[in-house]
Amino acid sequence: MIPVMEPHVLILAGGLSYEREVSLRSGRRVLDALRAVGVDATVRDADTTLLPSFAEVRPDAVIIALHGATGEDGSLRGVLDLCGIPYVGSDAQSARVAWDKPSAKAVLREAGIPTPDWVALPHDRFSELGAGAVLERIVDRLGLPLMVKPAQGGSGLGAAVVRDAGELPGAMVGCFAYDQTALVERYVAGVDIAVSVLDVGEGPTALPAVEIVPQNGVYDYAARYTAGLTTWHVPARLDEEIAQRVAVTAIAAHTALGLRDLSRVDLILDASGDAHVLEVNVAPGMTETSLLPMAVSAAGLDFGKVLANLVTRAVQRG
Amino acid sequence: MTGTTLDDYTDRYAQRMRGMTASEIRALFAVTARPEVVSLAGGAPFVAALPLDAVGEMMAKLGGEQGATTLQYSGGQGDLALRERICEVMALSGIDASTGASPDDVVVTVGGQQALDLVSRVFLDPGDVVLAEGPSYVGALGVFQAAQADVVHVPIDDDGLIPAALAEALETVARAGKRAKFLYTVPNYHNPGGVTLSSERRDEILAIAERARLLVIEDDPYGLLGFSGEPMPALRARHRDGVLYVSTFSKTFAPGLRVGWVLAPHAVREKLVIASEAQILCPSMFAQTAIATYFATMPWKEQVKTFRQIYQERRDALLSALTEQMPAGTRWTRPDGGFYVWLTLPDGLHSKEMLPRAIAARVAYVPGTGFYADGTGGSHLRLSYCFPTPERIREGVRRLAGVIEKETLVRAEFGTAAAPAPSRVTWTHATHLGPAAGQAPAPGLE
Repeated sequence: MIPVMEPHVLILAGGLSYEREVSLRSGRRVLDALRAVGVDATVRDADTTLLPSFAEVRPDAVIIALHGATGEDGSLRGVLDLCGIPYVGSDAQSARVAWDKPSAKAVLREAGIPTPDWVALPHDRFSELGAGAVLERIVDRLGLPLMVKPAQGGSGLGAAVVRDAGELPGAMVGCFAYDQTALVERYVAGVDIAVSVLDVGEGPTALPAVEIVPQNGVYDYAARYTAGLTTWHVPARLDEEIAQRVAVTAIAAHTALGLRDLSRVDLILDASGDAHVLEVNVAPGMTETSLLPMAVSAAGLDFGKVLANLVTRAVQRG
Repeated sequence: MTGTTLDDYTDRYAQRMRGMTASEIRALFAVTARPEVVSLAGGAPFVAALPLDAVGEMMAKLGGEQGATTLQYSGGQGDLALRERICEVMALSGIDASTGASPDDVVVTVGGQQALDLVSRVFLDPGDVVLAEGPSYVGALGVFQAAQADVVHVPIDDDGLIPAALAEALETVARAGKRAKFLYTVPNYHNPGGVTLSSERRDEILAIAERARLLVIEDDPYGLLGFSGEPMPALRARHRDGVLYVSTFSKTFAPGLRVGWVLAPHAVREKLVIASEAQILCPSMFAQTAIATYFATMPWKEQVKTFRQIYQERRDALLSALTEQMPAGTRWTRPDGGFYVWLTLPDGLHSKEMLPRAIAARVAYVPGTGFYADGTGGSHLRLSYCFPTPERIREGVRRLAGVIEKETLVRAEFGTAAAPAPSRVTWTHATHLGPAAGQAPAPGLE
């Protein structure tokens, strides 16, 4: 009998982004999950030795556990395409759009999916036009409170809620320390919900929604990655009709952005029960406090087997 | 329908663990592991300058030929042969038999860090007051926080701890109805300040301490790494009572072996040994023997001289690059030894808030906030020159200058300025505040 060759999976983790530490934790978690179901996998950083390493050991598929630009802006996916190495997750073009929050929000709005009203401006525009005058127009147009966050990035880094116009300049400075472009959007009060969307070959399906209740009311970096500081309800405490509406919205966002395999859609559920999509992640966190693994578990699925299925799909895509 | 915090132990943690959370600062530092980033943050000694082949050969013999001893437990106080070597090392700083130093009064520890922890265990109750330089060594602040002590910072200037400010701090503490248990000080090539306590001030500080019956914890990791002249006599060399002397082999040999020590009066020595036995039973016999053998058989003084030359060259590179490239309004100290330069940013800038911009520009430093128990100190940052080559240092400063200029521009445009620097004497409650520990750089950045 000819033995069936198991695919060798390369997990990329680390990178040069602010989320390197999170990514390393995601990578180790993915490695453990795959090995637990008997998949041959290794984890490594995406650095100058990556491409030469393909000459020695060519992986059958790559799982990108890199957060931040390299893993999510489509560029690394483009390089893997050049190398002819399949990978789990969205293609380069879709990832690029989803990664840039203003671009993604434009696509969502075009598709009729609710997303908070926004303006995105590079730092240079403030320099050219005068920061004070531009900020005044922003407050006039969007009102208060506002959410300020880097146009690209994750983990809540550089993000701030602005409840008073006087806080806005400081929030902008904090945001521009992380990115050249700031996304300022109307703050929608409500319940934070994350819906992971999974497609293992039968079309995208929504996993049970995760409701996020940070202890101090703000889902910042510490609240995200310190066990004990946030209570997660899985499934979210929603009545059936609203849960269904949230699931439909998440799948619609995943589809509108042309995403593949898996994504995590972050939404806010307002007092009327309307869901507003805040952002969509193509390389969602996989750490012990991350939302996608929680949702997988709540759906009664095995995280490792889900990943193994996605690997099989990637290998088949070639 | 379930809710989980993913931590079933939250109601069981000790109070001192409050405030210890995942930190954005730690997350940002993770990137410094990549070679693209010029890290002026870490305080890692340049161990590549050691004769690694010879050291490796020596270590192999210690395992192969002396394994029956080196792989065994040792006594809680530490190996006598090493304690004798330690006395030879301390003699270079004026601490010798004539000033009452004896191997009997040395306790070997797991790096200087355990020595600080032992001292805190022996002397501090929750709510006790510790006086420490402002800024102060981040690792010591973490120890004091764990001991639930209150830290009162005493400012420094180019000549080190300011005696008048120490006296003022003692009065402040007394007015609050408390008594400071000890003064924690790094007199030589201060971490992070880079400054050295002048000889005159050493006597003044000791006189103030004696009058106030204030115990002095002298932490001296860098004393043998001065760039000009002989080491200045230590505080302990001037005063045999009332001073506990802490040091380490991490800077003169190898931090990976984790061996330090504390020299204490007899009575205190006994308590330190008991506390250490309760904590670690005994220090590693292998590491102790490796150090004792290295100091007995290899030209360690020549090696320290080599280290000094390397660090001096790097210090020069850093200072000249700062002079050439830093924007107006930036100031910095000029260390005559050790590893660090303490930089003061132009008005209105905040080193912690600026850090993401620096990381994006591929340069790293430690924000000044880590060196104050209450997280003030944002006007400052620490630069280390011990590990990167002179070329990398110059490149790092070039990048940092660009970061400061850009941050200044952005803040000016938005009309924002960081909070002003703290007052001369700052009273902070480490017990209630997590920032020092929360922002503490990971090992290797200390």
